[in-house]
Amino acid sequence: MIPKPKQKRIKNPSKSGRPPKSTRKLKNSKPNKKSLLSMHHDMLLIRRFEEKAGQLYGMGKIGGFCHLYIGQEAVVVGLQSVNEEQDSIITSYRDHGHMLACGMEPAGVMSELTGRAVGYSKGKGGSMHMFSREKNFYGGHGIVGAQVPIGAGLGFAHKYKNDGGVAMTYLGDGAANQGQVYETFNMAALWKLPVIFIIENNQYAMGTSTPRSTAGTDLYERGAAYGIVGKQVDGMDVLAVREAGIKAIDYARCGKGPYILEMKTYRYRGHSMSDPAKYRTREEVDAMRKQHDPIDHLRDVLLREGIEEAELKQQDTEVKKIISDATDVALGAPEPTPNELFTDVLIEVIE
Amino acid sequence: MSYEIKMPALSPTMTEGMLSKWLVEIGDEIRSGDVIAEIETDKATMEVEAVEDGIVTQLVVDEGTQSVPVGKVIAIVSVDDNNEQTDNGKSNTIAVGMSEIGNERELKTQSEGVAKEIQGLKEVALLPAMNWDGPVRNMTVREALRDAMAEEMRCDEKIFIMGEEVAEYQGAYKVTQGLLEEFGEQRVIDTPITEHGFTGLAVGAAFGDLRPIVEYMTFNFSMQAIDQIINSAAKTLYMSGGQMGCPIVFRGPNGAASRVAAQHSQCFASWYAHCPGLKVVSPWSAADAKGLLKSAIRDPNPVIFLENEVMYGQSFDVPDTDEWLVPIGKGNIVKQGSDVTITAFSIMVGKALEAAQELSKKGIEAEVIDLRTLRPLDIDLIVQSVKKTNRLISCEEGFPFAGIGAELGMQVNEKAFDYLDAPIMRVTGKDVPMPYAANLELLTLPQSDDVIKAALKVCYSEEDS
Repeated sequence: MIPKPKQKRIKNPSKSGRPPKSTRKLKNSKPNKKSLLSMHHDMLLIRRFEEKAGQLYGMGKIGGFCHLYIGQEAVVVGLQSVNEEQDSIITSYRDHGHMLACGMEPAGVMSELTGRAVGYSKGKGGSMHMFSREKNFYGGHGIVGAQVPIGAGLGFAHKYKNDGGVAMTYLGDGAANQGQVYETFNMAALWKLPVIFIIENNQYAMGTSTPRSTAGTDLYERGAAYGIVGKQVDGMDVLAVREAGIKAIDYARCGKGPYILEMKTYRYRGHSMSDPAKYRTREEVDAMRKQHDPIDHLRDVLLREGIEEAELKQQDTEVKKIISDATDVALGAPEPTPNELFTDVLIEVIE
Repeated sequence: MSYEIKMPALSPTMTEGMLSKWLVEIGDEIRSGDVIAEIETDKATMEVEAVEDGIVTQLVVDEGTQSVPVGKVIAIVSVDDNNEQTDNGKSNTIAVGMSEIGNERELKTQSEGVAKEIQGLKEVALLPAMNWDGPVRNMTVREALRDAMAEEMRCDEKIFIMGEEVAEYQGAYKVTQGLLEEFGEQRVIDTPITEHGFTGLAVGAAFGDLRPIVEYMTFNFSMQAIDQIINSAAKTLYMSGGQMGCPIVFRGPNGAASRVAAQHSQCFASWYAHCPGLKVVSPWSAADAKGLLKSAIRDPNPVIFLENEVMYGQSFDVPDTDEWLVPIGKGNIVKQGSDVTITAFSIMVGKALEAAQELSKKGIEAEVIDLRTLRPLDIDLIVQSVKKTNRLISCEEGFPFAGIGAELGMQVNEKAFDYLDAPIMRVTGKDVPMPYAANLELLTLPQSDDVIKAALKVCYSEEDS
């Protein structure tokens, strides 16, 4: 006989109350200096983390696939600055930035990249498969597009439990052509699920540019057939991202259903570390870096707001220290013990 | 001149039905296309239309009669001789929805064969193996599955069911009948026909702390969703270092139904059993179907629950309690014997038992093991039995190549090689896509005769020639 696992009782969904009221008043679309600085810190943390990850990959300390988020930092940082504790986050394999923005420990993430026992997945997941239930981060998914219905399922669970949560579901411009994405749009709209689909359009699905792979490149319109509201946003401007996020999250949280945010962004590095990126010119990348860098942009805003250059420098020093410490942990920690090979395949049921 | 109207077959696996209502009376003039009766099958209530004009002269079967076999004469209609089209002078037969085939043997479909097997077997096997001495209720596999879900849903509000036609239609095969009424549309959810999407959505809901039951109208359609089942449901616990459990049940009919051809007739047991991170269950009896489904729903892991459409309408005794649980991972000796071990699961258990009865008449006592769970496989039970009988035959409906039998044979080879007195044999479906024609379908599917032949061979019987 199998004992029944302990389960938390939840309110009967059929008797659940009304969805929470608009959160618009709770969030100020004009962030104060403190939150501007905090966003600058988080973007810098991601940038430096990814640069270090790139280095470690080159040294052979990180194996397999490693997809860097450099250039796209404003997207996740802007959205994370406006969502709430009960919201869940899910993304694809370009996931290091999302994890750091969720508040996951850099040392835990870096240790997973180096395949160590103290990594978030005990070294069994690697770059593409990391999770933190504590931070409501649901991965880290390696199959293009697979996280999209799963994200809608997280939204379904928020609605079923009536916990007021919204599922922040990230996908790329490549995934936006996957069939399961449209199956998901249909169900999410049909059932008015609290899901934000964030299409991070970095303009290249691996080596294929959006115009070469996609009929109708305005990806925010992809939900129109299902009646899903979509908005295109400058994903290199963290303040624009934040503002669009407030509207979208508010919409989904008060029960109106899903929302699509197309974030026009750009990745500076190749698709993965092994991508020579011959499909675009050096000039194109340099132009983006020089004219649209999301961190430079926020830095200019901060300076205009009267923040001292020294304070930003101080922040950079702090971030470098965090990354350096995380790297020390990730290189010093032991690999998983061989007996970990057979654990976590199934949850054991005690008879 | 007159016509006989026969009880129609209204689905591929229907063998009988209830004549719930006559919509015509004796003496009524009917025209082709008129609805003349309502027939309730185990799946649905259907209307029967007249296919010829005429006058009703006799209603042979009374309204409300249960279990009217397919093919039985239910009414006689006289036809105005002036309109007579046929000239053979004999009374003609009209069985709506059924074509007449001359050869009686060829007409024996999969489901009819099974119905016969089961009728003869009740006393042989079931009750002793059930390990229950309390009160029992006789019910179909279909009802047992429904009761399992309903009982569990009453205890845990996190459990919901989603799939195509599970709610308002009451289940394509009526397995979810009554659930919408009891649990409401928040917990019994009709999905669009998008297996890939709703499977992923259910997996996400399981990650989000709910306990979904996903019904596939048939497991053939799970192939649309197999990436989400394997890559998301089965692997994420491991890839997350144990953080992300996925308590979910994927269930629905598996294997061959009847006359639905290649794309709708396939056994997925070995496909899913291949993958770590899943449990794979495939019950035969109603008692096991209920007890195993309840265990599957309570299990914190993803469970593939392979049912069989042909078995849905078969009745068995089931313990009359809400706490009847059959553990996942345990096989069951449904008939004891000393001469040869025969393993089977799902519908093949009935065929193996039928073979065992015949073998008994020939002096060979077969031990029949119902595997019940394919992953984790109860290999100890099989090895113990083989050590006693020194012979093994593995039965399954699926393809032979890399099937369950291949795995069983290898494991017994590794664990009990010295005990074997004969090569291990497999009785499987043929290595072809399922054909449509009745005779070819019958040839494709393994029958009890095949099991008997294999047993005679491994027992080196003189009859094997």
